[in-house]
Amino acid sequence: MTIGWQVLVCGGTGCRASQSERIEKALKEEIRRCGLEDEAQVIRTGCFGFCEKGPVVKVIPDNTFYVQVRPEDAEEIVSEHLLKGCRVRRLLYVDPETHLRVSDSKHIGFYRKQLRIALRNCGFIDPENIGEYIARDGYAALGKALTGMTPEEVIGEIERSGLRGRGGGGFPTGLKWKITRQAPGERKYVVCNADEGDPGAFMDRSILEGDPHSVLEAMAINGYCTGASKGLIYIRAEYPLAVERLKTAIGQAREAGLLGDDILGSGFSFDVEIRYGAGAFVCGEETALIRSMEGQRGEAMVKPPFPSERGYAGCPTNVNNVETYANIPVILLKGADWFAGIGTERSKGTKVFALAGKINNVGLIEVPMGTTLREVIFGIGGGIKNGKKFKAVQTGGPSGGCLTEKHLDIPIDYDNLLAAGSMMGSGGMIVMDEDDCMVSMAKFYLDFTVEESCGKCAPCRVGNKRLHELLQKITGGKGTEEDLERLRNLALVIRDTALCGLGQTSPNPVLSTLDNFRDEYLAHVREQRCYAHQCRDLTQYFISPEICRGCTLCARACPVNAISGERKHPHAIDPLLCVRCGSCLEKCKFGAVRVR
Amino acid sequence: MNGNTVGLTIDRKTMSVPPGTTILEAASAAGIRIPTLCHMKLEDLEYENNPGACRICVVEVEGRRNLAPACKTECTEGMVVHTHTPRVMNARRTVMELILSNHPAECLTCSKNGYCDLQKVAHDLGIREIRYRGEESVFVPDRSPAIVRDMNKCIMCRRCETACNTIQTVGALTAVNRGFRAVVATAFGRDMAGSTCSYCGQCVSVCPTGALSGRSHTDEVLKALADPEKIVIAQTAPAVRTALGRDFGYEAGTLVTGKMVSALRELGFDYVFDTDFAADLTIMEEGTEFLNRLRAEDADGERAKLPLMTSCCPGWVSFVEQHYPELLPRLSTARSPQQMFGSVAKRYFARLLGVERRRLVVVSVMPCLAKKYECSRLEFAVDGNPDVDVSIYTRELARLIRYANIDFRALPDGEFDRPFGESTGAGVIFGTTGGVIEAAMRTAYELYTGRPLPEIEFVRLRGMEGIRSATVDFDGKPVRIGIAHGLGNARRLVEEVLAGKSPYDAIEVMACPGGCIGGGGQPFHRGNMEVLRCRADALYREDAGKPLRKSHENPCVQELYREVLEEPCGPKAHEWLHTRYFDRKNGGTEDSGPEK
Repeated sequence: MTIGWQVLVCGGTGCRASQSERIEKALKEEIRRCGLEDEAQVIRTGCFGFCEKGPVVKVIPDNTFYVQVRPEDAEEIVSEHLLKGCRVRRLLYVDPETHLRVSDSKHIGFYRKQLRIALRNCGFIDPENIGEYIARDGYAALGKALTGMTPEEVIGEIERSGLRGRGGGGFPTGLKWKITRQAPGERKYVVCNADEGDPGAFMDRSILEGDPHSVLEAMAINGYCTGASKGLIYIRAEYPLAVERLKTAIGQAREAGLLGDDILGSGFSFDVEIRYGAGAFVCGEETALIRSMEGQRGEAMVKPPFPSERGYAGCPTNVNNVETYANIPVILLKGADWFAGIGTERSKGTKVFALAGKINNVGLIEVPMGTTLREVIFGIGGGIKNGKKFKAVQTGGPSGGCLTEKHLDIPIDYDNLLAAGSMMGSGGMIVMDEDDCMVSMAKFYLDFTVEESCGKCAPCRVGNKRLHELLQKITGGKGTEEDLERLRNLALVIRDTALCGLGQTSPNPVLSTLDNFRDEYLAHVREQRCYAHQCRDLTQYFISPEICRGCTLCARACPVNAISGERKHPHAIDPLLCVRCGSCLEKCKFGAVRVR
Repeated sequence: MNGNTVGLTIDRKTMSVPPGTTILEAASAAGIRIPTLCHMKLEDLEYENNPGACRICVVEVEGRRNLAPACKTECTEGMVVHTHTPRVMNARRTVMELILSNHPAECLTCSKNGYCDLQKVAHDLGIREIRYRGEESVFVPDRSPAIVRDMNKCIMCRRCETACNTIQTVGALTAVNRGFRAVVATAFGRDMAGSTCSYCGQCVSVCPTGALSGRSHTDEVLKALADPEKIVIAQTAPAVRTALGRDFGYEAGTLVTGKMVSALRELGFDYVFDTDFAADLTIMEEGTEFLNRLRAEDADGERAKLPLMTSCCPGWVSFVEQHYPELLPRLSTARSPQQMFGSVAKRYFARLLGVERRRLVVVSVMPCLAKKYECSRLEFAVDGNPDVDVSIYTRELARLIRYANIDFRALPDGEFDRPFGESTGAGVIFGTTGGVIEAAMRTAYELYTGRPLPEIEFVRLRGMEGIRSATVDFDGKPVRIGIAHGLGNARRLVEEVLAGKSPYDAIEVMACPGGCIGGGGQPFHRGNMEVLRCRADALYREDAGKPLRKSHENPCVQELYREVLEEPCGPKAHEWLHTRYFDRKNGGTEDSGPEK
């Protein structure tokens, strides 16, 4: 059997939602129909990251990158490409600048500027086949650690690499391992935090779906270093595909003797178990996560003691995030110096970001630390949708801050983002354009934290609720300048007094928008105006009588009969009846409907 | 640092403290006051509620980014702490306003008015306005026979949860829901009557606000007092007299027996009797029952009903019925003193007065909330007429006295009425942990051996340790005694019995930590352990001052047996003074449960 073609079909959640499973099935059928079974193989991979253009299909060895593929396209891909060797040009990516079709992904702007370490295997291997992982040096790092390195040496390597926690905290990973190793205790645990909860973030999910073995391997290495024989993966039950692939991976690793007793004959035993989260954001906070795993109410505990000293079941527990683990095997294989050579002085390596919002290339990217926001948003992200003007980018998820034009050229790393009033977080990046109201934006994020607070400490339980209510008041046109002072005081006090990371960072969207978009707040409270027209209570629709032709389209579209007027005569909107749905604006062909 | 101490500075005072000391403890030892709300510690009872949730005790620690909760932050070498900087004061005030913004401003009509920790801290912080207003929680109040829950007043301090789960291991209360909707609730949102609540009332004892309170039956008492047809009888439990004075400004542990009697008379009670009398009666029955079971063991090795477990405490009885119905045969069948009194009053005293039992209204004054539930149990009624009509608790009596505008401190010392005012020291010590079993031993010893007791005071049975044990020598027969107070401690003894490993012949259990002196109906200790110690000491003092100190020497008790009861544990005594229990493990009620 000589396999010539490999057809990689993205099996990430995004592409699956756009029928990639049907594409996979259609491709297989087509290959069989054409009798190419011996020459072509269809492989379902993890996420390619370029979700904007999904479903993605990649053909190897010529690295042809097809975008927005439909099941109907299978026939043409097989008959033209695989049989005749001609690429299907209409499915190739079009470079937005040159308008030329690009066939190889490495020439696509989205990929060209990326450096994939944590995502190295995503989109390249079949995550349900351990052989493919091993073929790409999988489990070699574990073997190296077990056979040739002492735990101290491994920890030293991680420490020298400068890797910091990718879940948001940025704590030096090697140091954490060392503390767990040194903590006295008969039993210890290795925990993988896969409770990814930031809206719009899906890097952990993609890694688990696309490369689950890298996490298992790293956990085993951690177990070897810290003296733990049991690993627990805390994953949200809403990630069924990731769970399924993890289960498959665990089964395969056990079968291959890479998990279980006496791994690789080293005498070291380690196994992994999956624990499910019920979808509470706060359970991504490590102490709440541990309580949840223990079967208790998921709420944060005061630190210290840190989990490394007293964690799951009272035992020293090393908690790292999925992305952090995914970096480990590569560091051990390529060396700390290689890793430390990437990034900025205090933030080494790469970071995965989930690009979302008003950006052309929505998707998952990985860039070296120190890349500027501008490069990420305009270079890789392809700029703002519909040619609109960039307004802000929210980094760090719901508890991050909104950064603006003036921050675009700062190199992204833990410390710079913090200094700018935001944070790295788990790597969510939501881009906003000129049509977004920053007060509403802050309200939106508060809405999330109010919902996701565990309710344990008073500042977070009641304080965030009151912050949200103040923002409602302001966006409702009832706010005063005094309210802005109240808002700031409350936000500062919550940050200063809340118990856990969730509460301490939840006011960030408010504080950063108050700092960076004070004029917008002032317009809301002084003039009762929302210039982005997002706050319904501050928005008024009216029809310009000079432009209106009296076509009646708007009146017919209005769901509440707020528009009146005779045919061929200018119409008018009754502001008391208008619900500001925007239907008239959409329908008017003459631009007569205006918003104020 | 010299290993054994940690040196730090708080408010410019330098001090050294043992490692592990919290800032709060260090400050307190140095005479520096830091306000607290959720924190509560009763060291002798191993009760510590320390979730770090309210954030009122925050302080500034130099070099730390945010404020630190003094209750949860351990002192470290060289730490510099400031407890009242403007930043700290503003944070406390803001957090307090937040808590108050979701708390009904019903202080004037609240059951906790004047005793409320929230009120006190708000006063100390000088709160004059609440800048942050908004939605308030709306929960439907839950009224069980003994406890009223008004969760609108809950501030999520979690003290009740700690009492119910950690100390009592009853597990009726736990925090549920997220964020602003977070609240302490029963499983599945059932009312307390449908939960595993044993009505011990410890949650009420520790609740800082009016969220948990005893159910009031004051109106029923006033109605009876106002009815010229009714002969209203009071019986007062031993623990009441040591605590009642606290609500009238007396030092903790001041015995106010005489003033209490006078106050009840002033209120219009026709007879004021002493439950201690019934306690002596209980000893006659329970002591005899114990000897019978002991002799059965002597005769044929029958230990099925040993260890005998005391049954004076309705919270404990309820706990066994719900959690350990298989152990019901070990419970003494003797009724509690409250119910023995009621039975004798309604059956015998009514006959002495020559009136129908329905004309008597028996009101018990108890340190207890569970007694309200106990007197409502159907087996303690004849033709629907309960033996004890109303039970009020100590704080309720204090309220009644104030309501009637009686100057308690100016009252003369009154004497209990005859015949049920006569009691021995044995009856008095029923009010504290270890007292029932000590009283029982005083009588059982003499009945078993036929000789007078060489040493009346069983000092080994006294104290505040959660579980205590002692062996009493009954003329060569070692009688092994176990004592537990607090249901968590009781559970440990019970588990031993279930495992067949209990070394004891008799076990005394009081549901409340400290026994009845720490009952759910007592004036609030507010976290001051000294209050409980003083109350216990007072009871032992009263016992020591009594001319008669053994129950079987009580002449009125002797007369009662001569007149009607014939002999302890005889058929008549059984009918009047004993009871039966029900399996309520799966939510069964006294009506439906199978008889044990």
